[in-house]
Amino acid sequence: MRLRHLLAALPVLGMLGGAFFADRTEPYVLGLPFILFWMVACVVLTSVVLAVIYKLDPANRSGE
Amino acid sequence: MTALLVVAATVLVAVALALRARRGHDMNLEQWSVGGRGFGSIFVFLLMAGEIYTTFTFLGGSGWAYGKGGPAFYILCYGSLAFVMSYWLLPTVWRYAKRRNLLSQADFYTAKFDSPGLGVLVSLVGVVALVPYLVLQLKGLGSIVSETSGGSIPYAWSIIAGTVVLAGYVTISGVRGSAWTAALKDVLILVVVVILGIYLPLHYFGGFGAMFHAIDAAKPGFLTLPDKGMSPSWFVSTVLLSAFGFYMWPHSFGAVYTARDERVFRRNAVVLPLYQLILLFVFFAGFAAVLVVPGLQGSNGDLSLLRITTKTFDPWFVGVVGGAGVLTALVPGSLILMTSATMLAKNIYRVARPDTTDRQVGTLAKILVPVVALIALYFTFNGGDTIVSLLLMGYSLVTQLFPSMVLSLCKRRVVTTAGAAAGIVVGVVIVAAFTISGATLTGLAPWLPQPLKDLNTGVVALVANVVVLALVTMITRRHRAVRGAPTEAVTV
Repeated sequence: MRLRHLLAALPVLGMLGGAFFADRTEPYVLGLPFILFWMVACVVLTSVVLAVIYKLDPANRSGE
Repeated sequence: MTALLVVAATVLVAVALALRARRGHDMNLEQWSVGGRGFGSIFVFLLMAGEIYTTFTFLGGSGWAYGKGGPAFYILCYGSLAFVMSYWLLPTVWRYAKRRNLLSQADFYTAKFDSPGLGVLVSLVGVVALVPYLVLQLKGLGSIVSETSGGSIPYAWSIIAGTVVLAGYVTISGVRGSAWTAALKDVLILVVVVILGIYLPLHYFGGFGAMFHAIDAAKPGFLTLPDKGMSPSWFVSTVLLSAFGFYMWPHSFGAVYTARDERVFRRNAVVLPLYQLILLFVFFAGFAAVLVVPGLQGSNGDLSLLRITTKTFDPWFVGVVGGAGVLTALVPGSLILMTSATMLAKNIYRVARPDTTDRQVGTLAKILVPVVALIALYFTFNGGDTIVSLLLMGYSLVTQLFPSMVLSLCKRRVVTTAGAAAGIVVGVVIVAAFTISGATLTGLAPWLPQPLKDLNTGVVALVANVVVLALVTMITRRHRAVRGAPTEAVTV
């Protein structure tokens, strides 16, 4: 387990935990009920986290 | 009628693309089913996205936003979770498949566990799980044709017409046709969904915030997860179940083999979650329909997107929406049909009769396409579930293949063949028992605390699966020392 693997757990925990602690409509963010905003934010975070992991991953360094 | 003509034109374009894609490639089984293993990032991306954005998301996603509200958000989450796993899982699977020249998901189990019998079991589970998946595509096709014709073509005839087009399409094109149509579909669906998702809330409510406030005022609690039933524990268990099952669909597993190199998957894992956000617009359209076209009950909720479109736009645009919808059913539908036909021919028939030649398997697979389509057609007319419930049933089944697949990637052989088989059988039997009897955990064990009662029953089956897998492995391991070469390591 390296740091980048822990990083990947972040959005997952956000989504699964969010079902419990973000399960409400207030406050609305960008017009979205809070739970929907939270889930969308986690999806975006997934992409960002995977992009960072991709950059750090030595498996992707060798030439194409 | 204008709307229906536009839909028909879209189908013609798709067929023309499929015919074009076929040119210049000798259509043997490997070309027909895995595109000669030569697809780069973009094609694999489209094939995978093609399976992700199906009728299920288009009509089912908006239908659930319309009918269930908050619980529909699970659809947004499970894909992201699956993409995280895919970053490490798929390259490992791909390497092994390439080295062993595997064509299907069952081949993977046969090779890993050195057991054709397990391959047959996996194929059976796959084919059975694909039936509800195919049924939901046919339901979608039927709804679109009948709604865009303004009801002048009855639902039943719409479904039959859709099935004929689908079966013909698959027989002609194979996987290359699917990849090309997937390209057309993705552009069209992106445009249509974004237009609908932005225009409808603005047009009817003046903004997103205004729309959600209006819904919250009209139906308090609709936008969040309820305390009972589809509660947070239902949400978490369903997201996990669907994420584990995501790549376990025989056709998704098969799409993995089409890649040219393993980096394709890591790159796609980065982009696909963002691509997933298209769902947000699907939800917007479904939520707009809640107050604009109220009153659609049960499985009719799947029609909400088409109803609000018909009510709002000119017929030609309704046709464009319908055309996009038809493509969302055609691409995954064709992959599903092709996959199940190939599995029946290669992984079940051929195991029974090992002297069958490649050419015969190829021919048999093409003959089986209309047969599978007819079976799905039968169930389409004999079931009343919503699109999402159908998909959840299929997911509960394929997810049972997940534990043994992941464990088979370990360096040492941790699971015996008997353990894997027993786990899968127990899991599938439990899912089938819940589905057929309609039993719920609340009914079976009213003494459980509420969060446990709300768990997705597929998760119950999955837990039983893992327990049986572990027990049987321990028993059979004692009798027989590990045989066969050590399997490949997971590089993490």
